[in-house]
Amino acid sequence: MSAWAQIGAIVRRSVTRTARQPASIIPPLVFPVALLAVNAGGLRASTELPGFPTTSFLAFALAVPFIQGALFSTMNAGTDLARDIQTGFLNRLSLTSLRDWPLLLGQLGGVVVLGTVQAVFYLTVGLVVGVRFESGVPGILVLLLFGVIIALAFGAVGAWLAFRTGSGEAIQAFFPVFFVFLFISSMNAPRNLIGVDWFRIAATLNPVSYMIEAVRSLIITGWDWQALGLGFGFVTAIGVAAFALAARAMRTRLTRT
Amino acid sequence: MSAANGIEVVGLVREYRKGPRAVDGIDLSVAPGEIYGFLGPNGAGKSTTVHVLTTLLPPTAGTARVGGFDVVKEGPKVRSIIGVALQEAALDPLLTARDHLRLQATLQSVPKSERRARADELLERVGLADAADRKVQGYSGGMKRRLDLALALVHRPRILFLDEPTTGLDPQSRTALWEEVARLRREDGVTVFLTTQYLEEADVLADRVGIIDHGRIVAEGSPAALKDEIGRPSVHAIPCDERDREAIARVLGRFGEPLGSTRDVAVRLREGVGLADIVRALDAEGLTLLDLELRAPTLDDVFLAKTGRTLEGAAEEAEVEPGRGGV
Repeated sequence: MSAWAQIGAIVRRSVTRTARQPASIIPPLVFPVALLAVNAGGLRASTELPGFPTTSFLAFALAVPFIQGALFSTMNAGTDLARDIQTGFLNRLSLTSLRDWPLLLGQLGGVVVLGTVQAVFYLTVGLVVGVRFESGVPGILVLLLFGVIIALAFGAVGAWLAFRTGSGEAIQAFFPVFFVFLFISSMNAPRNLIGVDWFRIAATLNPVSYMIEAVRSLIITGWDWQALGLGFGFVTAIGVAAFALAARAMRTRLTRT
Repeated sequence: MSAANGIEVVGLVREYRKGPRAVDGIDLSVAPGEIYGFLGPNGAGKSTTVHVLTTLLPPTAGTARVGGFDVVKEGPKVRSIIGVALQEAALDPLLTARDHLRLQATLQSVPKSERRARADELLERVGLADAADRKVQGYSGGMKRRLDLALALVHRPRILFLDEPTTGLDPQSRTALWEEVARLRREDGVTVFLTTQYLEEADVLADRVGIIDHGRIVAEGSPAALKDEIGRPSVHAIPCDERDREAIARVLGRFGEPLGSTRDVAVRLREGVGLADIVRALDAEGLTLLDLELRAPTLDDVFLAKTGRTLEGAAEEAEVEPGRGGV
């Protein structure tokens, strides 16, 4: 049987089980949008700062849910995989003719499907509340592609943690750490307008800032190739590194001959 | 022996890092179409052996061939011809039985045109047709075990590994599973490697039994041959008055060797001793009993003779010695 059919079977299983758990679907959709609404209401005045790149804080902040949703994907992918390890379901899969890399890609495929649904949802919310996309329809397509890549990259981080620890609890314990990265970024203000030195430096060193700025550029700037290059570059680098680590951890975890 | 459906193990060792030798140099051979019962207490090395034979764990030393394929060098080929139901029925609680069978059939390369019919056939066979579209999280332990067996059979394996398949099942489910395993051998010629800690299961199902303790096979043969090896029956007495226990043991001791680990007062009888002799001797001493039983040798007696412990006692030891254990 082809590797693609194997990947398809694992993806279908992943999507089916996710679809049957409202708790895995609703928080990644609702929580980022709720936070967006709160921030857009409370921080509207920051658009009046000299040099703020847009007059709509909603448009400015719409980039954040894409990253938050990906963080949820990381946790879901990781905890699902860890549960498979704990329950022995991974052994069941190992005892079939399933090869190693389709197993990993299949697991991540489920994350990508969920990530795409999330991205479409955030996008729809943005359009419904009147956010205009300066990069137009092609920009929306690039944004969706970026959302998929982020979900894949962060999902690979979750898979790596799952293979390394084999514990859903351990992965959930990492979740706040990921959120620290999100909050110490340019999520609420452009980096050049952050007044606190250490915060500005931390945000500049934080790859999450560049991911947010890539999405943000498509919404409020148009085609900013530098922002897009940095965003895609960082997310690809994280994805490649996480995928390599996950593949290695998987080989260690699956001691099958 | 045709190697096609058999199992050949020579000098198999599996050592855990910083742990004991879970499997300590075992040799065994299972003929095609045979049901081989691997009997032993918890932590004896049964599950580790199954994990090695099913390619989930590489051996530390020794060789094992399953269906003619080397478990180390030809793992994928081994996996393609075996069906496995491990100790824990590893199922996804959010999937239905039919979802599981569809996934398993796809991953086991069952042709797409056959998958639905095969799933229906197996669901019917294990008695889950009515529950096929219900999520597994609502299944009883017996239903999960039956689904586990169906999943192991989805690609028509030539060799079936069942790791303690009836642990935790009610008697009815246990009997149903035994019947299905016997049918698989009888009608489909499947070779079955079955681990168990239940004497009755090994006795009823297995053509041959290997008894494992502390990672070593201590006895092997057909249940009848193993019991014949012990040969002599035992007598078990339960005193009316606990204070008579020592006196009863003294009297019984005249007729055979004491079986120290049992909870009643028991001796393995010497040749030529009859129950009447014992009754007369006890009566002469004025000792009264609640019960006196003459027992033919069991596999537990075989285990006791080979290890100096009963299976039950060994299981209790394993519980307080968790470092030595299965996977």
